[in-house]
Amino acid sequence: MLSRTADNLYWIARYMERADTSARLLEVGSRISLMPSAHGYRSEWDSLLQASGMAEGFARKYGDPVQRNLESWLFFDRDNPSSVASCLTAARENGRIVRTALTAQVWDALNSAFQELRVLERRERSSLELSELTDWVMQKAAMVRGAIDATLLRNDGYNFLNIGYYLERADNTARLMDVKYYVLLPRVEFVGSGLDNYQWTTLLRAMGAQRAFHWAYGGEVTAAKIAEFLILNPQCPRSLTTCVAGIANHLGRLAKAYGRETGAQGRARAMLADLESESVERIFDEGLHEYLSRFIGDAAGLGGAIHEVYLSGETR
Amino acid sequence: MTAYFDEMNGKGSGVRAPYARLQDWVGAMPVDLRTLKQAEAETLFRRIGITFAVYGEGGDPDRLIPFDMFPRVFSGAEWARLEKGIKQRARALNAFLVDVYGRGEIVRAGRIPARLVYQNAAYEKACVGFVPPKGVYSHIVGIDIVRTGPDEFFVLEDNCRTPSGVSYMLENREIMMRMFPELFRENRIEPVDSYPEKLRRTLASVAPAKCKGEPVVVILTPGHFNSAYYEHSFLADLMGVELVEGQDLFVEGEYVYMRTTEGPKRVDVIYRRIDDAYIDPLCFRPDSMLGIPGLMDVYRSGGVSICSAPGAGVADDKAVYTFVPEMVRFYLGEEPLLNNVPTWQCGKADDLKYVLDNLAELVVKEVHGSGGYGMLVGPKATKAQVEAFRLKIEDDPGNYIAQPTLALSTVPSFVAEGVAPRHVDLRPYCLVGERIELVPGGLTRVALTEGSLVVNSSQGGGVKDTWVLAE
Repeated sequence: MLSRTADNLYWIARYMERADTSARLLEVGSRISLMPSAHGYRSEWDSLLQASGMAEGFARKYGDPVQRNLESWLFFDRDNPSSVASCLTAARENGRIVRTALTAQVWDALNSAFQELRVLERRERSSLELSELTDWVMQKAAMVRGAIDATLLRNDGYNFLNIGYYLERADNTARLMDVKYYVLLPRVEFVGSGLDNYQWTTLLRAMGAQRAFHWAYGGEVTAAKIAEFLILNPQCPRSLTTCVAGIANHLGRLAKAYGRETGAQGRARAMLADLESESVERIFDEGLHEYLSRFIGDAAGLGGAIHEVYLSGETR
Repeated sequence: MTAYFDEMNGKGSGVRAPYARLQDWVGAMPVDLRTLKQAEAETLFRRIGITFAVYGEGGDPDRLIPFDMFPRVFSGAEWARLEKGIKQRARALNAFLVDVYGRGEIVRAGRIPARLVYQNAAYEKACVGFVPPKGVYSHIVGIDIVRTGPDEFFVLEDNCRTPSGVSYMLENREIMMRMFPELFRENRIEPVDSYPEKLRRTLASVAPAKCKGEPVVVILTPGHFNSAYYEHSFLADLMGVELVEGQDLFVEGEYVYMRTTEGPKRVDVIYRRIDDAYIDPLCFRPDSMLGIPGLMDVYRSGGVSICSAPGAGVADDKAVYTFVPEMVRFYLGEEPLLNNVPTWQCGKADDLKYVLDNLAELVVKEVHGSGGYGMLVGPKATKAQVEAFRLKIEDDPGNYIAQPTLALSTVPSFVAEGVAPRHVDLRPYCLVGERIELVPGGLTRVALTEGSLVVNSSQGGGVKDTWVLAE
């Protein structure tokens, strides 16, 4: 297929997944801010924006993190390229460009999300509940994903969509977990305290993984268990292992269909092998933040390699 | 009754045969059902995404062209006559193009002024001496036709480059069949859905000699911001070919390639929907971001075919238009089956005098204008508008032509007050490759404003399904 078409498909997936994450961030932020904290309201939101890489833009435009401004920034603001509105619009525009590579159902899901967004944008802000907004985004994201899985031809375009989804999700999971690093506990004795656990639980909740976690582990919520669940456990749909395995799988299918391997396949397999031999103890020894930063860098490198060999059109 | 010929009611002489069943249909349709169906049609168009995007004007960027559900009907006999005339004209236009980029016999014979051809802005010097595969310059000829009476048809203009709108011909039919299947059982209507397949065959038939095996055809679009982007992607989808932008193609050696995820893939035929000036920055406009550097070299050395061929625009110029009947006589040795509208060339002193003396009665157009812009409809204009236009003509007479205001035929249309006659024109799409083909139908444009004669979508025009009845 045309490299540009592959690129558009890949970005449809990335934007849809990113919209989903921005909505989850909004939810996790407002939950964290509801609980008593040693730092006060402001720093919680700061850390959240820091982790998501959106802090600078927000500060420039709004200054103080007031709840309403945060909602605007993460949901409606077109100046924020990662806001829900920006992502849904970009996903739909990418879809319009490659209409011929999508089924009517996938286009319908993308287009109706965009049309409904425009209705939401016209509504009185005071009539919009935060939970209504976040639920709506997750529902729309699920509809697009469902339409892709249910109706799309399993050709190379399908692989590029999935690579986009998994890569974006891997990056987002790592960043959401990193929020916990930025929400520093004031004194070392707070570690393992009720406050600490509350923060971890909120994170799980934001990833829609709270119930799943309890099914998988049971018992007490500890930082180690959660880190293992979200990083290493292949049963967790958002874990880094699951995401990297997904990328490796779809890259493998491309290599088979095209009859040739590229550097991207090797990179993905190496990342997967690392994750599979990793233990949560070693991650904590290295430092969770350091580990996640390294992973985010590796994932970006993999994305770059995929761009170079498939999406840039420079392949020979 | 009116001074206009109505295609359903004649001049008040009773319902004409092709419309007989439609009269019962419209008579039996309650108003609320009509409103419901109209809303349904609009939803369908919007869902399928058939909109024309208008950027930079504010408002909804995805606009719908108003669709009028009342069809326009031709009898088989009427169509047979039109078809002959359209094909004849398409043949003559292509013969003219091959000639003027070759020996220029028609100019030597004094049948058309050399100035009009060789000093024409659309004449591409880069194409002199080159004969495209199968001797075809214009592969899709859109001929705009108006009607003024039962047997009176006139050609308003020719479109030899990249006439648009064929997606509406196909989608209007699709939607009518979905909404009113009973109409298609009661009337024997010729299908138009073979158009994409015929177009693909036409394009493949003009593959360059260097192409071995099944030709790779692509559609070249300026991109998704173009107002006709939907049509480009629609045709690519129906033909099963790639829709490419300039950045997707590159020249290497003697061929053109597209950038794919598996590496470069050779392209044999480019159906381009961008203007000559933009297709190759090395040959034409150097600032073009849409084109492919080096494309013209490959084209001229027979490595790729471009449809329509660069330079085809010289045949559809409004000043050259006057001479198309001469082309038919000169190249084909036949009498033209379709007439031109009488046209005055403001560049000629006598004509100019006549035009300026009768400005309020005439339609005046810019020679290179399109889309219904930059024209004067004398009888519909205010005195001030007429006088303002007079100054423009006097300033640059050679830039204008004038025609009598034609009494365009009307077809009943659904309007706010019910059903009322509205003026229409017709654009059929004639395919020219190894063979000349025409699907029975075309795009009927309708001026939805009462009394208006301007059918362009940019000026409040709508579209109708166009039927040709089987004999």
